[in-house]
Amino acid sequence: MSLINYSSREINCKIVYYGPGLCGKTTNIQYVYNKVDPSTKGKLITLATEMDRTLFFDFLPLELGTVKGFKTRFHLYTVPGQVYYDASRKLILRGVDGIVFVADSQSSRFDANIESLYNLHENLEEYKLSLEDVPFVIQYNKRDMPDIISVEELEEELNPEGFPSFEAVAVKGDGVFDTLKCVAKGVLRKLSQN
Amino acid sequence: MVKADWTIYEEDYWAIQSVLKELIDNSNSQSVILIDKTGQLIASVGMEPEFDLMSFASLCAADFEANAQLATLIGEKDFSTLYHQGSDESMYLARVAQSIILVVLFNKRTTLGLVRLRVKKAVEGLNTILNGLFEKLEYENEDLKEFDESFTDELNREIDSLFQD
Repeated sequence: MSLINYSSREINCKIVYYGPGLCGKTTNIQYVYNKVDPSTKGKLITLATEMDRTLFFDFLPLELGTVKGFKTRFHLYTVPGQVYYDASRKLILRGVDGIVFVADSQSSRFDANIESLYNLHENLEEYKLSLEDVPFVIQYNKRDMPDIISVEELEEELNPEGFPSFEAVAVKGDGVFDTLKCVAKGVLRKLSQN
Repeated sequence: MVKADWTIYEEDYWAIQSVLKELIDNSNSQSVILIDKTGQLIASVGMEPEFDLMSFASLCAADFEANAQLATLIGEKDFSTLYHQGSDESMYLARVAQSIILVVLFNKRTTLGLVRLRVKKAVEGLNTILNGLFEKLEYENEDLKEFDESFTDELNREIDSLFQD
Protein backbone atom coordinates (compact mmCIF):
# COMPACT_ATOMS: atom_id res chain seq x y z
CA MET A 1 0.00 0.00 0.00
CA SER A 2 1.69 3.16 -1.11
CA LEU A 3 1.85 5.73 1.64
CA ILE A 4 2.63 9.42 1.27
CA ASN A 5 3.72 11.09 4.47
CA TYR A 6 3.59 14.85 3.97
CA SER A 7 5.29 15.68 7.16
CA SER A 8 8.32 13.46 6.90
CA ARG A 9 8.04 13.98 3.10
CA GLU A 10 8.26 10.33 2.22
CA ILE A 11 6.60 8.03 -0.29
CA ASN A 12 6.72 4.31 0.50
CA CYS A 13 5.84 1.48 -1.89
CA LYS A 14 5.82 -2.28 -1.45
CA ILE A 15 7.09 -4.75 -4.06
CA VAL A 16 6.63 -8.49 -3.53
CA TYR A 17 8.61 -11.30 -5.19
CA TYR A 18 6.34 -14.33 -5.63
CA GLY A 19 7.00 -17.77 -7.09
CA PRO A 20 7.44 -21.48 -6.33
CA GLY A 21 9.93 -22.83 -3.78
CA LEU A 22 13.62 -22.53 -4.73
CA CYS A 23 12.90 -20.44 -7.84
CA GLY A 24 15.33 -17.69 -6.76
CA LYS A 25 13.25 -14.98 -5.08
CA THR A 26 15.68 -14.56 -2.20
CA THR A 27 18.61 -14.72 -4.65
CA ASN A 28 17.12 -11.74 -6.53
CA ILE A 29 16.89 -9.66 -3.38
CA GLN A 30 20.34 -10.71 -2.18
CA TYR A 31 21.85 -9.67 -5.50
CA VAL A 32 20.17 -6.26 -5.27
CA TYR A 33 21.39 -5.94 -1.69
CA ASN A 34 24.98 -6.70 -2.66
CA LYS A 35 25.01 -4.35 -5.62
CA VAL A 36 23.25 -1.14 -4.63
CA ASP A 37 25.05 1.78 -3.03
CA PRO A 38 25.22 1.15 0.74
CA SER A 39 23.80 4.60 1.47
CA THR A 40 20.56 3.71 -0.31
CA LYS A 41 19.78 0.43 1.37
CA GLY A 42 18.59 -0.64 4.79
CA LYS A 43 19.23 -3.92 6.53
CA LEU A 44 18.36 -7.13 4.71
CA ILE A 45 16.06 -9.11 6.97
CA THR A 46 15.70 -12.82 6.32
CA LEU A 47 13.34 -15.05 8.24
CA ALA A 48 14.57 -18.43 7.07
CA THR A 49 14.83 -21.97 8.37
CA GLU A 50 18.19 -23.53 9.23
CA MET A 51 18.25 -24.94 5.72
CA ASP A 52 18.07 -21.40 4.29
CA ARG A 53 14.53 -21.83 3.07
CA THR A 54 12.43 -18.71 3.53
CA LEU A 55 10.09 -19.23 6.45
CA PHE A 56 8.16 -15.99 6.53
CA PHE A 57 9.77 -13.38 4.28
CA ASP A 58 12.90 -11.50 3.27
CA PHE A 59 12.77 -7.74 3.49
CA LEU A 60 14.97 -5.05 1.96
CA PRO A 61 14.21 -1.32 2.05
CA LEU A 62 15.73 0.74 -0.78
CA GLU A 63 15.79 4.51 -0.93
CA LEU A 64 15.75 6.54 -4.11
CA GLY A 65 17.19 10.04 -4.05
CA THR A 66 15.08 12.97 -2.93
CA VAL A 67 12.94 14.35 -5.74
CA LYS A 68 11.06 17.62 -5.23
CA GLY A 69 11.66 17.30 -1.52
CA PHE A 70 10.18 13.80 -1.28
CA LYS A 71 12.15 10.72 -0.37
CA THR A 72 10.85 7.63 -2.18
CA ARG A 73 11.38 4.21 -0.69
CA PHE A 74 10.75 0.79 -2.14
CA HIS A 75 10.26 -2.05 0.28
CA LEU A 76 11.15 -5.36 -1.35
CA TYR A 77 9.64 -8.51 0.13
CA THR A 78 9.83 -12.16 -0.85
CA VAL A 79 7.23 -14.74 0.11
CA PRO A 80 8.05 -18.29 1.19
CA GLY A 81 7.62 -20.44 -1.92
CA GLN A 82 6.78 -23.75 -0.33
CA VAL A 83 3.11 -24.71 -0.70
CA TYR A 84 2.92 -25.31 3.04
CA TYR A 85 3.37 -21.61 3.93
CA ASP A 86 0.31 -20.20 2.22
CA ALA A 87 -0.91 -18.29 5.28
CA SER A 88 2.39 -16.39 5.40
CA ARG A 89 2.24 -15.62 1.68
CA LYS A 90 -1.20 -14.13 2.06
CA LEU A 91 0.02 -11.81 4.82
CA ILE A 92 2.96 -10.52 2.80
CA LEU A 93 0.67 -9.63 -0.10
CA ARG A 94 -1.31 -7.22 2.05
CA GLY A 95 -0.91 -3.71 0.69
CA VAL A 96 1.24 -4.77 -2.25
CA ASP A 97 2.01 -2.11 -4.91
CA GLY A 98 3.91 -4.24 -7.42
CA ILE A 99 4.55 -7.96 -7.96
CA VAL A 100 7.43 -9.87 -9.54
CA PHE A 101 6.64 -13.49 -10.34
CA VAL A 102 9.89 -15.47 -10.44
CA ALA A 103 9.36 -18.59 -12.54
CA ASP A 104 11.80 -21.50 -12.52
CA SER A 105 12.68 -22.31 -16.15
CA GLN A 106 13.60 -25.94 -15.45
CA SER A 107 11.18 -28.43 -16.98
CA SER A 108 10.96 -30.34 -13.69
CA ARG A 109 9.51 -27.19 -12.06
CA PHE A 110 6.96 -26.40 -14.75
CA ASP A 111 3.97 -27.56 -12.73
CA ALA A 112 5.26 -25.80 -9.62
CA ASN A 113 5.22 -22.49 -11.54
CA ILE A 114 1.63 -23.00 -12.63
CA GLU A 115 0.56 -23.94 -9.15
CA SER A 116 2.26 -20.91 -7.62
CA LEU A 117 0.80 -18.51 -10.19
CA TYR A 118 -2.65 -19.94 -9.55
CA ASN A 119 -2.05 -19.51 -5.84
CA LEU A 120 -1.08 -15.85 -6.44
CA HIS A 121 -4.38 -15.25 -8.25
CA GLU A 122 -6.28 -16.85 -5.38
CA ASN A 123 -4.49 -14.88 -2.69
CA LEU A 124 -4.91 -11.59 -4.53
CA GLU A 125 -8.60 -12.28 -4.83
CA GLU A 126 -8.81 -12.35 -1.06
CA TYR A 127 -7.72 -8.70 -1.11
CA LYS A 128 -10.16 -8.07 -3.97
CA LEU A 129 -7.25 -7.53 -6.36
CA SER A 130 -6.28 -9.04 -9.67
CA LEU A 131 -3.06 -8.93 -11.69
CA GLU A 132 -4.58 -6.18 -13.81
CA ASP A 133 -4.76 -3.93 -10.74
CA VAL A 134 -1.17 -4.31 -9.60
CA PRO A 135 1.93 -3.66 -11.75
CA PHE A 136 3.13 -7.17 -12.57
CA VAL A 137 6.35 -8.49 -14.11
CA ILE A 138 7.41 -12.08 -14.80
CA GLN A 139 11.00 -13.24 -14.56
CA TYR A 140 12.08 -16.51 -16.19
CA ASN A 141 14.95 -17.46 -13.94
CA LYS A 142 17.68 -20.12 -14.15
CA ARG A 143 18.16 -19.73 -17.89
CA ASP A 144 21.64 -21.22 -17.45
CA MET A 145 20.38 -24.62 -16.27
CA PRO A 146 20.60 -27.62 -18.61
CA ASP A 147 17.03 -28.88 -18.85
CA ILE A 148 14.98 -25.73 -19.40
CA ILE A 149 11.75 -24.91 -21.17
CA SER A 150 11.81 -22.39 -24.02
CA VAL A 151 10.72 -18.85 -23.22
CA GLU A 152 7.98 -19.13 -25.86
CA GLU A 153 6.49 -22.11 -24.08
CA LEU A 154 6.75 -20.43 -20.70
CA GLU A 155 5.12 -17.29 -22.07
CA GLU A 156 2.28 -19.30 -23.52
CA GLU A 157 1.53 -21.09 -20.29
CA LEU A 158 2.36 -18.46 -17.65
CA ASN A 159 1.89 -15.18 -19.46
CA PRO A 160 -0.91 -15.32 -22.02
CA GLU A 161 -1.88 -11.77 -20.99
CA GLY A 162 1.51 -10.48 -22.18
CA PHE A 163 2.77 -8.83 -19.00
CA PRO A 164 6.38 -7.57 -19.21
CA SER A 165 8.79 -10.49 -18.82
CA PHE A 166 12.55 -10.96 -18.49
CA GLU A 167 14.98 -13.84 -18.75
CA ALA A 168 17.33 -14.13 -15.81
CA VAL A 169 20.15 -15.95 -14.11
CA ALA A 170 19.68 -14.42 -10.68
CA VAL A 171 22.77 -16.01 -9.09
CA LYS A 172 24.89 -14.12 -11.60
CA GLY A 173 22.67 -11.06 -11.52
CA ASP A 174 21.54 -11.35 -15.14
CA GLY A 175 18.09 -9.81 -15.51
CA VAL A 176 17.74 -8.95 -11.82
CA PHE A 177 17.88 -5.17 -12.20
CA ASP A 178 15.91 -5.18 -15.47
CA THR A 179 13.08 -6.91 -13.63
CA LEU A 180 13.24 -4.61 -10.63
CA LYS A 181 13.41 -1.46 -12.76
CA CYS A 182 10.39 -2.52 -14.76
CA VAL A 183 8.21 -3.22 -11.74
CA ALA A 184 9.42 -0.10 -9.87
CA LYS A 185 8.57 2.13 -12.82
CA GLY A 186 5.22 0.39 -13.14
CA VAL A 187 4.48 1.20 -9.50
CA LEU A 188 5.36 4.88 -10.00
CA ARG A 189 3.28 5.04 -13.17
CA LYS A 190 0.31 3.58 -11.34
CA LEU A 191 0.81 6.03 -8.50
CA SER A 192 0.74 8.97 -10.89
CA GLN A 193 -2.21 7.71 -12.91
CA ASN A 194 -4.59 7.07 -10.03
CA MET B 1 -1.38 13.72 -10.12
CA VAL B 2 -0.13 11.18 -7.62
CA LYS B 3 -2.51 9.48 -5.26
CA ALA B 4 -1.35 6.97 -2.68
CA ASP B 5 -3.57 4.39 -1.05
CA TRP B 6 -3.38 6.60 1.92
CA THR B 7 -1.78 9.86 2.83
CA ILE B 8 -0.84 11.64 6.02
CA TYR B 9 -1.23 15.39 5.98
CA GLU B 10 0.89 17.74 8.02
CA GLU B 11 -1.79 18.69 10.57
CA ASP B 12 -2.69 15.08 11.28
CA TYR B 13 0.96 14.18 11.63
CA TRP B 14 1.47 16.80 14.32
CA ALA B 15 -1.68 15.72 16.13
CA ILE B 16 -0.38 12.15 16.10
CA GLN B 17 3.04 13.28 17.33
CA SER B 18 1.52 15.10 20.27
CA VAL B 19 -0.42 11.99 21.40
CA LEU B 20 2.72 9.88 21.09
CA LYS B 21 4.80 12.38 23.06
CA GLU B 22 2.24 12.45 25.81
CA LEU B 23 2.29 8.66 25.91
CA ILE B 24 6.09 8.60 26.27
CA ASP B 25 5.99 11.10 29.13
CA ASN B 26 3.10 9.50 30.98
CA SER B 27 4.28 5.93 30.67
CA ASN B 28 8.01 6.45 31.24
CA SER B 29 8.74 4.41 28.17
CA GLN B 30 11.71 4.85 25.82
CA SER B 31 10.28 4.97 22.33
CA VAL B 32 6.88 4.90 20.71
CA ILE B 33 6.53 3.91 17.09
CA LEU B 34 3.50 3.97 14.82
CA ILE B 35 3.38 1.56 11.89
CA ASP B 36 0.74 0.70 9.35
CA LYS B 37 -0.36 -2.91 8.92
CA THR B 38 1.66 -3.33 5.75
CA GLY B 39 4.87 -2.51 7.65
CA GLN B 40 5.31 1.13 6.65
CA LEU B 41 6.68 3.42 9.32
CA ILE B 42 4.39 6.35 10.12
CA ALA B 43 5.98 8.08 13.10
CA SER B 44 8.53 7.51 15.82
CA VAL B 45 9.10 9.55 18.97
CA GLY B 46 11.32 9.26 22.03
CA MET B 47 14.83 7.89 22.15
CA GLU B 48 16.22 7.31 18.70
CA PRO B 49 16.54 3.50 18.46
CA GLU B 50 19.95 2.13 17.51
CA PHE B 51 18.45 -0.52 15.22
CA ASP B 52 17.12 -0.12 11.67
CA LEU B 53 13.62 1.30 12.07
CA MET B 54 12.45 0.18 8.61
CA SER B 55 13.24 -3.44 9.38
CA PHE B 56 11.72 -3.11 12.82
CA ALA B 57 8.50 -1.77 11.30
CA SER B 58 8.21 -4.59 8.79
CA LEU B 59 8.83 -7.23 11.45
CA CYS B 60 6.32 -5.69 13.87
CA ALA B 61 3.64 -5.67 11.18
CA ALA B 62 4.40 -9.30 10.35
CA ASP B 63 4.37 -10.21 14.04
CA PHE B 64 1.02 -8.54 14.58
CA GLU B 65 -0.52 -10.07 11.47
CA ALA B 66 0.74 -13.56 12.27
CA ASN B 67 -0.77 -13.25 15.73
CA ALA B 68 -4.07 -12.01 14.27
CA GLN B 69 -4.19 -15.19 12.19
CA LEU B 70 -3.44 -17.28 15.27
CA ALA B 71 -6.32 -15.52 17.03
CA THR B 72 -8.68 -16.44 14.21
CA LEU B 73 -7.55 -20.06 14.38
CA ILE B 74 -8.45 -20.31 18.05
CA GLY B 75 -11.77 -18.57 17.47
CA GLU B 76 -10.90 -15.01 18.56
CA LYS B 77 -11.58 -12.00 16.35
CA ASP B 78 -8.02 -10.82 16.88
CA PHE B 79 -5.53 -9.98 19.62
CA SER B 80 -5.81 -6.25 19.98
CA THR B 81 -2.60 -6.08 22.03
CA LEU B 82 0.61 -8.10 22.24
CA TYR B 83 3.35 -8.11 24.86
CA HIS B 84 6.92 -9.32 24.37
CA GLN B 85 8.93 -9.48 27.57
CA GLY B 86 12.70 -9.33 27.59
CA SER B 87 15.07 -9.38 30.56
CA ASP B 88 15.86 -5.68 30.04
CA GLU B 89 13.82 -4.35 27.14
CA SER B 90 10.18 -5.14 26.45
CA MET B 91 7.62 -4.30 23.77
CA TYR B 92 3.92 -3.67 23.93
CA LEU B 93 1.92 -3.55 20.69
CA ALA B 94 -1.64 -2.32 20.29
CA ARG B 95 -3.96 -2.07 17.33
CA VAL B 96 -5.28 1.39 16.46
CA ALA B 97 -8.05 2.33 14.00
CA GLN B 98 -8.15 -1.15 12.39
CA SER B 99 -5.08 -0.81 10.24
CA ILE B 100 -2.40 0.83 12.40
CA ILE B 101 -0.10 -0.63 15.05
CA LEU B 102 1.25 1.29 18.03
CA VAL B 103 4.51 -0.11 19.44
CA VAL B 104 5.91 0.94 22.81
CA LEU B 105 9.48 0.06 23.79
CA PHE B 106 10.15 0.19 27.50
CA ASN B 107 12.56 -1.02 30.18
CA LYS B 108 12.59 -1.40 33.97
CA ARG B 109 12.04 2.32 34.53
CA THR B 110 8.34 1.57 34.18
CA THR B 111 5.90 -1.32 34.53
CA LEU B 112 3.70 -3.22 32.13
CA GLY B 113 0.62 -2.10 34.08
CA LEU B 114 1.42 1.58 33.62
CA VAL B 115 2.29 1.14 29.95
CA ARG B 116 -0.93 -0.76 29.32
CA LEU B 117 -2.98 1.91 31.10
CA ARG B 118 -1.41 4.81 29.20
CA VAL B 119 -1.57 3.00 25.88
CA LYS B 120 -5.30 2.56 26.33
CA LYS B 121 -5.75 6.31 26.55
CA ALA B 122 -3.37 7.01 23.67
CA VAL B 123 -5.22 4.52 21.47
CA GLU B 124 -8.45 6.45 22.05
CA GLY B 125 -6.76 9.70 20.97
CA LEU B 126 -5.14 8.11 17.94
CA ASN B 127 -8.39 6.43 16.93
CA THR B 128 -10.07 9.81 16.73
CA ILE B 129 -7.29 11.36 14.67
CA LEU B 130 -6.80 8.41 12.32
CA ASN B 131 -10.48 7.69 11.76
CA GLY B 132 -10.92 11.39 10.95
CA LEU B 133 -8.00 11.16 8.54
CA PHE B 134 -9.39 8.07 6.80
CA GLU B 135 -12.77 9.75 6.47
CA LYS B 136 -11.12 12.80 4.98
CA LEU B 137 -9.24 10.62 2.49
CA GLU B 138 -12.47 9.04 1.39
CA TYR B 139 -14.05 12.36 0.49
CA GLU B 140 -11.06 14.38 -0.60
CA ASN B 141 -9.10 13.59 -3.67
CA GLU B 142 -6.57 16.32 -3.40
CA ASP B 143 -4.76 17.25 -6.54
CA LEU B 144 -1.17 17.13 -5.44
CA LYS B 145 0.62 19.63 -7.58
CA GLU B 146 4.18 18.75 -6.67
CA PHE B 147 3.67 15.30 -8.19
CA ASP B 148 3.35 16.12 -11.85
CA GLU B 149 4.88 14.32 -14.80
CA SER B 150 8.32 15.80 -14.21
CA PHE B 151 8.25 14.23 -10.76
CA THR B 152 7.69 10.76 -12.21
CA ASP B 153 10.35 11.39 -14.86
CA GLU B 154 12.89 12.37 -12.26
CA LEU B 155 12.08 9.32 -10.16
CA ASN B 156 12.47 7.10 -13.20
CA ARG B 157 15.94 8.53 -13.69
CA GLU B 158 16.70 7.79 -10.04
CA ILE B 159 15.57 4.21 -10.58
CA ASP B 160 17.86 3.85 -13.58
CA SER B 161 20.86 5.15 -11.70
CA LEU B 162 20.25 3.15 -8.51
CA PHE B 163 19.32 -0.20 -10.01
CA GLN B 164 22.31 -1.08 -12.13
CA ASP B 165 25.03 -3.75 -12.12
